[in-house]
Amino acid sequence: MKEFKGRVIAKGALTAEAVVTKQGFNTLASMQMMFIQSKTKCVDQSNPDLYKKLLQGKALCLPQTIGSTTGGMFLYSAVKSGKAPACLLFAKEIDSLAAAGAVLADVWSDDAKMPTIDKLGDEFLDYVQDGDKITVKEDGTVIVER
Amino acid sequence: MQLTKEQQAILNGEKGETIAKVMRTLVQYGEVFGAEKMVPVTGDYGHLVLSFGLTFLGPVFDLYQKLIDEGCLSGQKFTCDPRPYDKNVPQSLIQKAVAKFVFGKQSRYEKQLSQLGLLDEDSYTCTCYLDEIGNTPKAGDVLSWAESSAVVYANSVLGARCNRNSGIIELFGSIAGFVPYFGLLTDEGRKADWIVELKTTKCPDAQILGSAIGMKVMEDVPYVKGLDRYLGTELTDEAKTYLKDFGAATASNGAVGLYHIDRLTPEAKAQGEALIKEGANVYVIDDAELERVKNGYPCVWKNKDAAPKLCFLGCPHMTLQQLKDWTDKIEAALKEAGNEKVLIPTVFTTSTGVMKEFEKTPYAARLKRAGVIVSYICPLMFMDNPLWQGQPVITSSNKLRTYTTARFYSNDEILRIITKEGK
Repeated sequence: MKEFKGRVIAKGALTAEAVVTKQGFNTLASMQMMFIQSKTKCVDQSNPDLYKKLLQGKALCLPQTIGSTTGGMFLYSAVKSGKAPACLLFAKEIDSLAAAGAVLADVWSDDAKMPTIDKLGDEFLDYVQDGDKITVKEDGTVIVER
Repeated sequence: MQLTKEQQAILNGEKGETIAKVMRTLVQYGEVFGAEKMVPVTGDYGHLVLSFGLTFLGPVFDLYQKLIDEGCLSGQKFTCDPRPYDKNVPQSLIQKAVAKFVFGKQSRYEKQLSQLGLLDEDSYTCTCYLDEIGNTPKAGDVLSWAESSAVVYANSVLGARCNRNSGIIELFGSIAGFVPYFGLLTDEGRKADWIVELKTTKCPDAQILGSAIGMKVMEDVPYVKGLDRYLGTELTDEAKTYLKDFGAATASNGAVGLYHIDRLTPEAKAQGEALIKEGANVYVIDDAELERVKNGYPCVWKNKDAAPKLCFLGCPHMTLQQLKDWTDKIEAALKEAGNEKVLIPTVFTTSTGVMKEFEKTPYAARLKRAGVIVSYICPLMFMDNPLWQGQPVITSSNKLRTYTTARFYSNDEILRIITKEGK
């Protein structure tokens, strides 16, 4: 078990299973087929870490998001529709697109949330693996167990 | 964040609950990046990334309806990314039927855009900054735009200032009339974290060079040395077209919002290497590195050996000169091969403004004779139809490759495939 502490972008507490990408997460490329999938799976052919893996309900561990500026909008819609990852855990400082998605969901959604924590450090991403049990606390603490 | 009295009053709800939430979103978003104040949007027009009525994006359209109902409209007119659908682009009946379902909210959304502040019916393009469209910011303008390829162009080639805003956030900035001051709006945020040393033996393919740099620097700012050997030191139409495609690849294969080209782009010309941060990383690019990057692109077609069913060029939208140049190239290649028309259904995408200008030239009839279709759509959104997933579509756009299952070929390879080989 290892414990990490990051900065809270959108507050929340939960437990979920980790899914990990070491490369930038391209939100549009990854999630654009979620509207026809029964559960959101990654369809980004350029991301071997995540391609075809389940994202919905998972603790998505990533360095940052990249790509299209539809990113925040897709994340917001995914949260509102119950198709989003359970939480976003960033090793680095969050990027502007993911931050938009997290803030939009936080401000404009009363019922559905997507806790988001950044600045967990490179060590977090080096350590965490697919399938690890992730516990997120409201103060930005992230516990990784396997 | 320090707000003015007016901004604080809006946040406190004195002008209504919905505009207060718009304000709260901008404040909370800015505070994530340490913004200490809001600054006025000074560009004449906004630009929105969402142009498609994707059924799944219902929550966005509900939010926009709330804005309209509460009178929270954009304070400036805006242009918008291209539409997703055009009956002239070839597809099967079932693909058309699915597209109608996938983009089932298109009519509702276009009505919303008009109500929110769309400039006019010709405003649907990702290349809003071209002369034919007229949303061309001045150096130093503060913008509230989204669309990664347009933002990186406005920052890098035009010297305007804009963060890589997400969809929705960019509209909120145009409604409020100000944006949080951080990142690429600041002098410090525009300094380069990377030096890219170009050591190729010829002018690199803009799409592959941009891809290599994007994947390496992610969201950092690169300062590229050596490209002026090929592009010169003046922003000619040719250089700007190259940078349009180069920038789109940096922004989609990575998350670049600003690049500097030594001795060419405005801030690099004015400030030179003073723009480079102390201790900047160095990335050397030679022929072998570009080959390595290109060979790393996966092909996820269902049948990897299939003959292409469709070819898309123009993501971002093509310029007038690109349409003319391709007309010449295709005619010459067809003649050489003894063919009259392209061997694969081929679609060139461009703005309606450029299409109208192109129609005035003799090139339009020549291109049509060669069998090429010119359309105003966004090929990326067109392919967001699940029935196009894994289908044999080819492109020389690295942006389109990134977001769809289209297979990437260089411009030279594309020309050969569509005029001579057919596969």
